[in-house]
Amino acid sequence: MHMHGPGFISIWFFIGVLLSAYGVLITVTGFYELGSPPANPPVLFNLHATIWWGMVLLAIGLVYFIRFLPRKK
Amino acid sequence: MPSLVAAAISSEKLLSLSPVDLLVIVLYFVMVLGIGFYLKRYTKTGEDFFLAGRDMSAWIAGLSFVAANLGSLELMGWAASAYQYGILATHWYWIGAIPAMLFLGVVMMPFYYISRTHSVPGYLQLRYGEPARALSAISFGLMTVLMSGINMFSMALVMKIILGWDINFSIWVSSITVAAYVFLGGLLSAIFNEVLQFFLIWLGAIIISVLGLVEAGGWSGMVHRIHERWPGQDYTHLWSGLGSFTANPMGINWAGIVLGLGFVISFGYWTTDFLVVQRVLSARDLRSAKMAPIIGSIFKMALPFIVILPGLLALAVLPEKLVGESQAGAGAHTYNEVLPLMLARYCGPGLLGLGITALIAGFMSGMAGNVSAFATVWTYDIYRAFMRRDASDSHYVSVGRWCTVLGVLVSIGTAYLVMQFLSIMDYVQALFSFFIAPLFGTVILGMLWKRATPAGGFWGLLTGTLASIGMFAWVKGDPSALRYIALSPHAKDMAENMYRALWSWIICVIVTVVVSLATKPKPESQLAGLVYGATEIPSEGHLPLFKRPLFWACVVIVIFFVLNIIFW
Repeated sequence: MHMHGPGFISIWFFIGVLLSAYGVLITVTGFYELGSPPANPPVLFNLHATIWWGMVLLAIGLVYFIRFLPRKK
Repeated sequence: MPSLVAAAISSEKLLSLSPVDLLVIVLYFVMVLGIGFYLKRYTKTGEDFFLAGRDMSAWIAGLSFVAANLGSLELMGWAASAYQYGILATHWYWIGAIPAMLFLGVVMMPFYYISRTHSVPGYLQLRYGEPARALSAISFGLMTVLMSGINMFSMALVMKIILGWDINFSIWVSSITVAAYVFLGGLLSAIFNEVLQFFLIWLGAIIISVLGLVEAGGWSGMVHRIHERWPGQDYTHLWSGLGSFTANPMGINWAGIVLGLGFVISFGYWTTDFLVVQRVLSARDLRSAKMAPIIGSIFKMALPFIVILPGLLALAVLPEKLVGESQAGAGAHTYNEVLPLMLARYCGPGLLGLGITALIAGFMSGMAGNVSAFATVWTYDIYRAFMRRDASDSHYVSVGRWCTVLGVLVSIGTAYLVMQFLSIMDYVQALFSFFIAPLFGTVILGMLWKRATPAGGFWGLLTGTLASIGMFAWVKGDPSALRYIALSPHAKDMAENMYRALWSWIICVIVTVVVSLATKPKPESQLAGLVYGATEIPSEGHLPLFKRPLFWACVVIVIFFVLNIIFW
């Protein structure tokens, strides 16, 4: 087997998978916090950074996931 | 350091993690181990295991080059320094890195790459012979595992303070994970994980800077608040306070920064420390090898945004004033806690887990860098050179794998040793710096001066190293000697390190030149591929401008100067 040969999974794909998973997890947590705000909210909680940063992670993750998805040649 | 230990024993934890945060951390561990298992099948030969098959793109090698240097202590330590010294800490990211990284890419990389060496001690063997290789390999191997152990202990201590985690738990879980993925996939696995870790460090830490700037009212709002809260102190100018040792909180002048940090220490570290150079040697061709440090320099130049800025923002927005280790008492937070405090200030569940993952990722990337470099130097420059010369390639791969485990175990042993004898921390940091400055003198003369001889290289390296140790011992025994080493009685520790490095480099160069002129040089035919003037460097004239490393190096250096002028 050789790196960059057929079937080799790129590091960018792994990054896409992890960031997408983090994006989903953090965005869902952010939406949950909208309904049940924490007892001790962090500073600038009103900006809902958890939601938009989760979405940024998801967007970056999906770009890498789709772009570097292993495909059979 | 002792007060950190006291804090670890007595203080309550700074942060509490939710189940979501824990899930984020667990997912990270699953991913890095998964990458290690996946890559095992691609690491069959020595070239695969020790040099990642010399098949890395410029981007991967470049990101890994920066990530291997980006330990979590680097993140937390420089954020703390930014709180303590202000924007002066940025010098370690700009003048203390960028020119050296560009010099590595444009000038030195062709010799490392064309010589087909597997390591920096390996280059010394080709250029100067076995004695110089043995000296640098043994010192590098020893210092690497010691540093790895000290970082491991410090990280475990930080996790204890921030999260209340047991020190033994942190040491063993993180080191077994690193050992597993480097054992399985060698440098390839270390590099892949370093790229992943680099993303996580950025994405986990940048949120602090973004939200901090929002709270402070942008850069000008932050500067205004700092001036209001800390009257009479200049935290926001890079160069204007460096006219004398007493005009800035660091106790250093411009000459120490430019010559000591910007020239000797920076060039020594970024161009001869095998921990970082190994990443670039894994590039797939010479152009990629030259581009990798240049790409790395762009990200290095941007790092103050996630490392220094949080420290400055803390000066502006944290209601409490942080104190030094020596003043730490009940309830008071120290400079070293500035990054976790800012993390806790802005990040709720999920984001907190991401931030902690960034710290863990930083630690693991630094440790994997140490361990993979140690395995290579031990296997090729000590074991193969002096113990067993004619074994098969698969034998050396096997030795490399077990060296990884050995390196981690010795690091763990060092971590526990440091726990018992905390003063070792101060000495080993200094010990590591003893070898960097003279090694740069030896390597640069070897690359640029055909007349440098094997005897000159060896004696220059040895004398420079001993001189550095001697100067350190002199100041320890007689603190008033600082006026001679650092040229001022007002100089502080940082200035002493800079000037000691400068003198030891000068001594190394002088001894190398004198001994070389008195001994017989190598014939020019033996210098091909190793020295400027005896090496044919492939022309890049056929490449379009935007594909030439020199063009991008010029772009980076222009940005570097502009940034320094903006924050003057």
